[in-house]
Amino acid sequence: MKKIRVAILGSGNIGTDLLIKIQRSKYLECSLFIGRNFDSPGMIKARGLGVQTSDRSIQAIIDNPDVCDIVFDATSAADHKVHAPILKELEKKVIDMTPAKIGEMCIPAVNLHECLDYDNVNMVTCGGQASIPLAYAIGLIHDNVDYIEVVSSISSKSAGAATRINLDEYIETTENALSFFSGCEKTKTILNLNPAHPCIDMQTTVFALVQKPDIERLRAKVDEIVEQIQNYVPGYQLLIPPTIENDRLVIMVKVQGAGDYLPSYAGNLDIINCAGIAMAEEYAKKYFL
Amino acid sequence: MPSRILISDPTLRDGSHAIKHQLKKEDIALYSKLAEEAQVPILEIGHGNGLGASSLQLGTSLISDIEMIEESKKHLKNTKLGIHVIPGFATIKRDLNSAIDAGVDVIRVASHCTEADITKRHIEYARNREKEVYGVLMMSHMAPASILVEEALKMKSYGAQGIIIMDSAGAYLPANVREKIRTLVHSLNMPIGFHAHNNLGMAIANSIAAVEEGAVIVDATIRGFGAGAGNAQLEILVAVLQQMGYETDVDLYKLLDAADIVEKSFVTIPYVTSSSIVSGMAGVFSGFSKPVERIAKEYNLDPKDIFFELGKRRVVAGQEDLILEVAVNLSQLR
Repeated sequence: MKKIRVAILGSGNIGTDLLIKIQRSKYLECSLFIGRNFDSPGMIKARGLGVQTSDRSIQAIIDNPDVCDIVFDATSAADHKVHAPILKELEKKVIDMTPAKIGEMCIPAVNLHECLDYDNVNMVTCGGQASIPLAYAIGLIHDNVDYIEVVSSISSKSAGAATRINLDEYIETTENALSFFSGCEKTKTILNLNPAHPCIDMQTTVFALVQKPDIERLRAKVDEIVEQIQNYVPGYQLLIPPTIENDRLVIMVKVQGAGDYLPSYAGNLDIINCAGIAMAEEYAKKYFL
Repeated sequence: MPSRILISDPTLRDGSHAIKHQLKKEDIALYSKLAEEAQVPILEIGHGNGLGASSLQLGTSLISDIEMIEESKKHLKNTKLGIHVIPGFATIKRDLNSAIDAGVDVIRVASHCTEADITKRHIEYARNREKEVYGVLMMSHMAPASILVEEALKMKSYGAQGIIIMDSAGAYLPANVREKIRTLVHSLNMPIGFHAHNNLGMAIANSIAAVEEGAVIVDATIRGFGAGAGNAQLEILVAVLQQMGYETDVDLYKLLDAADIVEKSFVTIPYVTSSSIVSGMAGVFSGFSKPVERIAKEYNLDPKDIFFELGKRRVVAGQEDLILEVAVNLSQLR
């Protein structure tokens, strides 16, 4: 079967893990892996897989626009702001893995099909991918959701330099997306880094204040949504189904990664990448196949 | 030997844990006045986990961070007002910026003891606003002295003007404190401080050990009012330091009067419960004490079992949601 060509901009952990996941895709192939330095671990990995590489950043696509139909931008928010208009001009479908917040926010379990109408989608954050489907379910079942809070703990080793320097942006982006998808105005996001060895798996808890919680219906909806997420994130597991404790509605999940570029504890990277690939495959099926 | 010790008093911050973050405006007014009169150099205020930490995860504060800061500030002149800030909870735009606008003087930017690089932007921001800024390494019993030095050096490079290590779980014995403080003092060439918890009854002994090794900043609270088994008791610490010939600037007589007044008001006197001892032995954050008690009761479990299990998982401050998960697991095992 014909595969759709994608380029990956950014050769860090996210970009390299995407590359490995794309090797398994029935619909996608990576035609160009783009970084800034041929000696970086990601670039070496790509060449090892026989993938064409370039060290010329966005210029590599400008010079050779036919190299791909879909672009993953796994650079940084500041860089994506520069890349976005260029890629729009080149009529590429763009999946933005950075917190630049230019495109439509995409949570595959919630709005995958609606996102097909946009040519730039933003994958929010790892904590957002893990929690928003649950927050969406809470909003769907209840009329009066007063407050939603999301706490994620990730292993220190899975948090790279960019994550660490951008904690404030992570919080702000996740909070905005939680409001957008749940309809609840008041939201809060907390991120903990835990250095324990062996490394902890990513764990996310959603708390909510709901006026008349309908636990039975919520549990059924959450089970359904968890199953949907598991279609694209196999390591997503429900640890505590919707439960009332101390007047708080609590749901807890854990995300184990597939162990592609980073070990399985890096569920945070895995979930956002799996979500990005689910979106790219949907683009491929609708527009290019 | 340094003869002057800077006392930083987190009664209105660490003490928040002891009353589930329900500090009232009048409590803040009362204690701020008393601290000012007793010439306490720094008074720290806020939710137990600091700025922006009021949450379902950790407990919601009765009044907002800004209301607390504004109320306290009204009663302070010479006493500086401090806050504890953990990136991941507090953001610059939403929290730190407005706290500084509201009149905070001292910013203590904290992270788990191995994660100092998350404090960079908050430290830089507070320094740019020309505030007195310290770096705080929490749960410092979980890392060896050599790592604490590396992490402290990062905070120093971001602009921290001193480093405080916290014994957040009350897990240290004096020999541990001596080794860590000695290494930091010798490696850093900047003011080093210590923040004790009393789970193993060592809070004063550990604080004195820190001072003897060259620490020049010590945290202590009135009557020891703080998370879990409480902190180093401020009146005792000032008295002992005075007996040993150190200067603190604090008026001990007025401080003793203040302690008598507040213990009849909002300050609950902490004592070392059985589960606090276990929490100290297991090295679990003192702030877990109240939620563990509550959840143990709800799930009909022994809080000691929950603490030991949390210790095994090496949980850090902020991971209070795991208490519920551990409790659910333990109750399923029965």
